[in-house]
Amino acid sequence: MKTALVTGGSRGIGKAISYKLGESINVAVGYSSSKEQAAEVVSSIQNNGGNALSVEIDVTENDSVEKCFEKVEKEFSSVDILVNNAGITKDNIFPRLKQDDWDSVIDTNLTGSFRTSQRAIKGMMKNKWGRILFISSIAGISGNTGQSNYAASKAGMIGLAKTISKELGSRNITSNVIAPGYIDTDMTSFLNDEQKEDIIGQLSIKRVGKPEDIANIVSFLCSDESEYITGQVFPVDGGLTT
Amino acid sequence: MEVNEVFEKVKNLFVEELGIDAEKVTMEAKLEEDLDIDSLGIVEVVMAFEDEFEIEIDDEELTDVGTVGQAVNLLHSKI
Repeated sequence: MKTALVTGGSRGIGKAISYKLGESINVAVGYSSSKEQAAEVVSSIQNNGGNALSVEIDVTENDSVEKCFEKVEKEFSSVDILVNNAGITKDNIFPRLKQDDWDSVIDTNLTGSFRTSQRAIKGMMKNKWGRILFISSIAGISGNTGQSNYAASKAGMIGLAKTISKELGSRNITSNVIAPGYIDTDMTSFLNDEQKEDIIGQLSIKRVGKPEDIANIVSFLCSDESEYITGQVFPVDGGLTT
Repeated sequence: MEVNEVFEKVKNLFVEELGIDAEKVTMEAKLEEDLDIDSLGIVEVVMAFEDEFEIEIDDEELTDVGTVGQAVNLLHSKI
């Protein structure tokens, strides 16, 4: 049975991805601060008859990434699928954005994906099979007011994913990007009702996205059935960008 | 470790990891032309050695490596 590591797998989109993948494969639920929430996700997957473990991973620290992979490889023998989902926001209008807030968002969202992906690829090259998924954002394609750091980090993931797809396609390793639009999670909970209505007005599908909308495509792109799809960006945004 | 032993290990890696015919792997064999190993294949072998022997090989040292023998000698000098 294949094993997936989902960074930031205990909350929001990552939680939905963990649940969905837990229906068919082993899941390592990566967390940095939400230990208890990760344990709950693991219990739910296990109660459903699936295999899961929670594992601490701070994607800004190489040692933490290494320890995480060693733990998952010990328990489930390999990391076949990596879902780069861990991410943070530190929003501010660009003229006022502090470099610290630029640096930390790039370090977590973009450089974090570099660290985890490079570590994951070692095993995938040996096994001659792998799936790397990057949870980017529509902000990385279109930009978003107040999110220059976040948008840059998410755009950077696209370049990384596309390059990995070219370098490692010959080893049956695919690398794809999901670009969620407005999804109902903690990260978007600061929006008031009026702002939500305004957003929905721009969509073809007249509702805010659910984490499960993202989990469904991730599940497909992790499977054997998606083997001929690589280096692509998939907006899942209810038709915001057409 | 003797050069012979390093050669045998390199040969095993080529055969097992990259699926190359054992007879083709000689000290004189050219990696790209004779063995059809792409740059990623060379990287795979290097990474396997780095892990097994806990050594680090700089990318610059690899630029001159074109044959099995040159790879074996580089690794031998590191171990």
